[in-house]
Amino acid sequence: MKKILNTGLLCLMLINLIACNTKNSDKTTAEKYQCPMHCEGGKTYDQPGTCSVCKMELQPLALNNKKKGEISELSIYNLPSKWTNQNNEEIQLKALQGDVLVMVMIYTSCQTACPRLVADMRGIEEQIPADKKDNVTLVFVSIDPQTDTPQRLKEFAKENQMDTEKWVFLRGSEEDTREFSAVLAVSYKKISPMDFSHSNIISVFDQGGELAYQQEGLGINNEETVSKIIELVN
Amino acid sequence: MGPFFKLALTLLGIISSISNFAQSEQMVSVKGGTYIPLYGVDSTAVTVDEFTMDVYPVTNKEYLKFVQEYPEWKKSKVKKLFADGNYLVNWEDDDSYGSQLAADAAVTNVSWFAAKKYCECQGKRLPTVDEWEYAAMADQNNPDARTKETYNQLILDWYEAPKTFNNSIGSTFKNYWGIYDLHGLVWEWTMDFNSVLISGESRKDVDKDSNLFCGSAAVGASDLMNYAAFMRYAFRGSLKANYAIRNLGFRCVQTTESNNKNLTY
Repeated sequence: MKKILNTGLLCLMLINLIACNTKNSDKTTAEKYQCPMHCEGGKTYDQPGTCSVCKMELQPLALNNKKKGEISELSIYNLPSKWTNQNNEEIQLKALQGDVLVMVMIYTSCQTACPRLVADMRGIEEQIPADKKDNVTLVFVSIDPQTDTPQRLKEFAKENQMDTEKWVFLRGSEEDTREFSAVLAVSYKKISPMDFSHSNIISVFDQGGELAYQQEGLGINNEETVSKIIELVN
Repeated sequence: MGPFFKLALTLLGIISSISNFAQSEQMVSVKGGTYIPLYGVDSTAVTVDEFTMDVYPVTNKEYLKFVQEYPEWKKSKVKKLFADGNYLVNWEDDDSYGSQLAADAAVTNVSWFAAKKYCECQGKRLPTVDEWEYAAMADQNNPDARTKETYNQLILDWYEAPKTFNNSIGSTFKNYWGIYDLHGLVWEWTMDFNSVLISGESRKDVDKDSNLFCGSAAVGASDLMNYAAFMRYAFRGSLKANYAIRNLGFRCVQTTESNNKNLTY
């Protein structure tokens, strides 16, 4: 009898414990606060107040509690811009949602850095394991939409043997292009009717459209970029 | 009946044109021209087409009206992609800029996305760097005062003055075009602020790192004497579009349709 009672009690306690646990995990999804100066490292508080070290007001922490299919505030899929691809189809960036995106901004008549950027993109693509390739899309966005018509983009894709579904070439209005470059922190300027100056940045976005990694420079070691992509796909 | 009707229509036309005028009376026309900016295009002159520019920077009061009309731009509603945590940080709440900020002071702590949207909603746009610099090289009496020592000194003095962001609009000088406050209150967003090709690390730029920027050798300072302008370009080069900064506001411009076609951002 006593044994049964004991087991019963134990069970009750266990249930209680589990209940407590679920309560706790509820709490973690509620708002958290953190010192803006990170005086205590990554320590978080459940309630607003002031930092015990520097006395600054605690700031609410943006929590990443998005559900599947939902996009976060930082997602590029919030951009309303419309683009045209190399097949002359109109698409919104949202159409690319679900894949890991590797993006770079170039213009097809560029003679100096762009061929090397294209080579870098190809180099990255080659290093993605075959069974993961389906989950990665590589995107070129033109910074010269006047010259880079869909036809021109198509030719460029063919010249570079990139005329498959995996490679997407986009052009948009000058304004949307400027906006997109602002999101990518890519700088560019027209320096003559034929040429642009631009920063050489390859950006990796996760399945929800959040910027996950950026590689800056030409012909640099892309090991980290590749490992980030593989990590995201898994 | 016919003539009366006509008269009424004409009157209506006049009234509506007056009210249109009222809407744009805070803008003035800047005559087009050619100038050599600090960062030239192939070190040659840049031609700016005629445009109209807001006489004053956008104020807290005006911006409040905007967020009430477009609630997605309220302090607590704005998406993090479009503005960082400092967006309207000194505003009391979503619907009030509070008592610390003046109603007729320039709105600051706004991101590039927010400024761009504001202008779009007024049927205007942000000025390009070239347009802004072109309008801002004027002093009271000359369209181009950049060679004047006093003019440069005035700007540099302001760069040193603290907390000018909360001064009322119109409290600095009226320039040749009739525009106030281009220098003296706040720094201002431009449409193509990210066309400045200098990296965050200034030491990197000495030999124009050709691996980071394609064609960077073509962009160099054409007038390093113009230290004030150099500061502005350097500042723009350090910005990201979602930054909301305390001394950074904006104003809008408008161009005619035909001039818009020639525009390169």
